[in-house]
Amino acid sequence: MYPAQFDYRRAGSVDEALGLLQEHEDAKLMAGGHSLIPMMKLRLAQPPVVIDIGRLDELKGISEAGGSVRVGSLTTHAEIAASDVLAAHCPVLAEAAGHIGDAQVRNRGTIGGNIAHADPGSDIPPVLVLLGASVHLQSPSGTRSGAAGDFFQDLLMTDVGEDEILTHVDAPALGAGTGAAYLKFEHPASGYAVVGAAASVTVHHGRCTAAGLVVGGVDATPTAVDVSSLIGTDLSDDAIAAAASGLSAEDPIGDIFASGDYRVHVGKVYGKRALAAARDRA
Amino acid sequence: MAGVLGTSIKRREDPALITGRGKYTDDLKVEGMAHAAIVRSPYAHARIRGIDASAAEALPGVLAVLTARDVAAAGIPGVVPVGWLLPDLKTPAHPMIAADTVRHVGDAVAVVVAEDRYIARDAADRVAVDYEPLDAVADVVAALEERAPAVHDEAPGNVAFDWEIGDREAVDAAFAQAASTVELDLRNNRLIPHAIEPRAVLASYDSSTGEMTIHMTSQNPHVHRLLMTLASLGMPEHKVRIVAPEVGGGVGSKIHHYADEAIVGLCSMKLDRPVKWTATRTETNLTDAHGRDHSTHCALALDADGRITGLKVETAAAMGAYLSTFAPAVPTYLYGTLMSGQYDIPAIHCHVIGVFTHTAPVDAYRGAGRPEATFVVERLMHLAGEATGLGPIEVRKRNFVPADAFPYQTQVALAYDSGNYGPAMDRALEMIGYDDVRGEQASRRSNGGRQIGIGFSSYIEACGLAPSAVVGSLGAQAGQWESADVRVHPTASVTVYTGSSSHGQGHETTFSQIVADRLGIAPEAVEVIHGDTDLVQFGMGTYGSRSAAVGGSAIARSVDKIIEKGKKIAAHLLEASAEDIEYEDGNFRVAGSPDRALGLGDVALQAYLAHNYPDDLEPGLSATSFYDPSNFTYPFGTHVCVVEVDTETGGIELLRYAAVDDVGNVINPMIVDGQLHGGLAQGIGQALWENAVYDDSGQLVTGSLMDYALPKIHNLIQFELDRTTTPCPHNPLGVKGVGEAGAIASPPAVVNAVVDALAPFGVTHIDMPLTPEKVWRAVNA
Ligand SMILES: Cc1cc2nc3c(=O)[nH]c(=O)nc-3n(C[C@H](O)[C@H](O)[C@H](O)COP(=O)(O)OP(=O)(O)OC[C@H]3O[C@@H](n4cnc5c(N)ncnc54)[C@H](O)[C@@H]3O)c2cc1C
Repeated sequence: MYPAQFDYRRAGSVDEALGLLQEHEDAKLMAGGHSLIPMMKLRLAQPPVVIDIGRLDELKGISEAGGSVRVGSLTTHAEIAASDVLAAHCPVLAEAAGHIGDAQVRNRGTIGGNIAHADPGSDIPPVLVLLGASVHLQSPSGTRSGAAGDFFQDLLMTDVGEDEILTHVDAPALGAGTGAAYLKFEHPASGYAVVGAAASVTVHHGRCTAAGLVVGGVDATPTAVDVSSLIGTDLSDDAIAAAASGLSAEDPIGDIFASGDYRVHVGKVYGKRALAAARDRA
Repeated sequence: MAGVLGTSIKRREDPALITGRGKYTDDLKVEGMAHAAIVRSPYAHARIRGIDASAAEALPGVLAVLTARDVAAAGIPGVVPVGWLLPDLKTPAHPMIAADTVRHVGDAVAVVVAEDRYIARDAADRVAVDYEPLDAVADVVAALEERAPAVHDEAPGNVAFDWEIGDREAVDAAFAQAASTVELDLRNNRLIPHAIEPRAVLASYDSSTGEMTIHMTSQNPHVHRLLMTLASLGMPEHKVRIVAPEVGGGVGSKIHHYADEAIVGLCSMKLDRPVKWTATRTETNLTDAHGRDHSTHCALALDADGRITGLKVETAAAMGAYLSTFAPAVPTYLYGTLMSGQYDIPAIHCHVIGVFTHTAPVDAYRGAGRPEATFVVERLMHLAGEATGLGPIEVRKRNFVPADAFPYQTQVALAYDSGNYGPAMDRALEMIGYDDVRGEQASRRSNGGRQIGIGFSSYIEACGLAPSAVVGSLGAQAGQWESADVRVHPTASVTVYTGSSSHGQGHETTFSQIVADRLGIAPEAVEVIHGDTDLVQFGMGTYGSRSAAVGGSAIARSVDKIIEKGKKIAAHLLEASAEDIEYEDGNFRVAGSPDRALGLGDVALQAYLAHNYPDDLEPGLSATSFYDPSNFTYPFGTHVCVVEVDTETGGIELLRYAAVDDVGNVINPMIVDGQLHGGLAQGIGQALWENAVYDDSGQLVTGSLMDYALPKIHNLIQFELDRTTTPCPHNPLGVKGVGEAGAIASPPAVVNAVVDALAPFGVTHIDMPLTPEKVWRAVNA
């Protein structure tokens, strides 16, 4: 497991990192390194230059303002899992981060790296899509943002441009009467999600007023399920099961551990269970 | 010291290991050390049309690129031999470096030596090999089909051997008259051993002396020296020293002699420099000898009372592309001979075909043949319990070899020396709270939802292959004794040189306990030296759960010889007759006169001074023993597993695991428990997660730990362990062996539990590993 030769540069600021990106063709940003370095060791990635942004404090931290939570791209999974701010305003994100890898992975891996890498078995993407989060990017020409739902484009492909750095993610805080849950069906070898189901429901006076379900792992990008049939119901088990069974994927991911058909099936079961857990928390 | 045997003293190995001070092969650095990277075939089967190393050689820092041509030019034997010969075994040559044909992905075609390992790796990528890909066959059943691609021209039909044991006619007669029969087709999944430390070697040849020192990951340094010198490098045995420094696990994979270690030795000879190579995890997966990989049809015949009357087994066992060191013995003498299990079976027949495939070789892996046999027997017993209506407990009890029938001669060569199977099962039932679990199962069955199941495995194991003459008559090219040189120093501390070299088991701790107990001194006064062919007289190493029973017995023998000699010295000093001297708690005493006594120290000092000494006695106080056991030892036990199955997804959760094992006398209970924990993790891993999968073109699909699922701590549960004790009657310590018990017993316990949970769905068998998708498909079939 020896990577090909590469140069290492450490950026002292976002601006410097952006400058280095411009300067070095095919350079790679490194945050926690927990997806990039394994790829380099297997020589699946051979960047000539690695730009370490791991120490940029300006991209770290979790805050809440005006009904929205902000998570800096270099915030680690461990910090997200243990965050009081998220526990109060968006516990489902913390729940998902707590499912990632093991303690070492959570201490090094970052939310920005996780979504920029965009592994279909990642735990964070379905939750951000469920929440309707926005992803914020910076380049030498300025800043922009986009909806998480549009961010994930294909297997390991995202909306991040070659000259851009992902700076932070904004997600609406969960309002009163809203419950959300993330359930993971773990791959026994990699520990990634074979299927990860993120669900939320809002209940007012015993009736569902809003519901969402996004399933990761069945397709190259998170799959949103239309569960609008739940609105107006009392979220009975039957109604939930019927709604979750709407999950479909045209060309689901399949491998020797779990075929495409099976993933869709498990997605429905875990979708149902995630919705039921969200209901019980609402 | 009294009370030291049977106590859980802490492992003396651990302070160094857990503070990072243990020195493994890859930690070693010597002056002038170069690094090797091995160029490996990306094809399962191909002809090598040519190799162009010029781009690699041109890279600064590259010292040499060697191919099969250099092996030939060196005039050395250059092969990797097989160490167990069956009648009519096909033994096609296994060249150290493939010359014209590669036969599995990972087969070595060239080696690059460079100043550092990065350059070596970069250069390996630049060695251009012109391959002509050929059809390959990776599957053991497909390899036997008529038009299957041939792995070796010398082995028509890909058959390496065709072996049988038992009485086919008697079995046919039993089936003809049976009141009921059960049968099963099963696959025993291929496993990759995954020692935590990958294989590594540092070879240092010195042309000025003609000597070579090889530090390597070895479970048996003397065996490696023999094979390395005799078959691979052609060096005189006395000019080669093999040292196994700390070895980070082996589970069988470091018994075998591999091409890579020999290749690195050749590099060192060629360059007259030390050369190091450490396998990457990818290389480990591709080249460490794998385990299991059987396809089996088996059937059991029973009479109207549920007594077994016959057992027949037909197995195709994968050998891989070449015959690894002990490969032919594993599915034969360590498999067919175990088919009687704990049961009195009057007629058994087992027929095994060894099959070449375009895959990594298959050889001994924790349990080696015995897990496969136990799986056959215990899955059939589960089915027999169902078919006869007797259930899993009664059908076993009815067929156990009765406690008063030992020694018991099986129909498949082995003679069990001792055993008492009922109490182990009763204790396991008590621990698990059997009736309560069945009650819970019944209520789940009526309520739907997650189902629970209970699975049993009453296993037998055979440890410490023996005796040498018998093993030799069965084809072994090695003896199966063990040696120990015990030296008492003038100050009465002791150094033990044992041929049983540890790779994590804790030999230094347990062997010091054996000496301390017998000699009546503190364990701290005993040092244990192993793993170095220049220090240790000779040794067969550590595998097959043999170290305590064979290596420990050799130590006990040596201690006894020392006591005998000490008695003569003491008798001389005490002016008594040697027959009247008793040895107890570190003191030599004249029987009947307790005040006439000398400590071990007094006697040891005099043994080295030899000033006041018997005329007919040589000075010194040390003794060497080569202990050749008269039989195997036969640990046994019953394991009970309780699982919960999520029938909606097929997911399985372990709820309980109770194991009652009888390993004879116990030297260190903590180490015994630790061995069981490790074995159970591996056996449960085989049942639920682990699977080495090759695709049809012979590519290893599970080539990384992202795809090959090793058990992790959060997948497992607290094991509930207990023991019964039936001492081994034929060795001086009464010990049997425990290293493999967990891996042998647990796979059928888990599978039986899952099948039991799914009985209402008509499920009778699912092949390992029981992945959720397979379980879900079985539920919905
Ligand atoms: C053993 C192990 C187990 C794991 N298990 C799981 C799991 O169960 N679930 C899960 O979701 N993940 C898992 N992961 C992945 C883990 O979450 C990674 O940390 C994460 O995917 C990448 O984050 P990172 O900070 O390490 O990114 P890096 O590896 O540093 O970077 C990953 C990619 O993102 C790019 N990148 C990083 N930061 C930015 C940025 N700010 N702007 C633009 N591009 C950026 C990099 O250039 C690179 O291409 C596991 C990883 C390991 C090693």
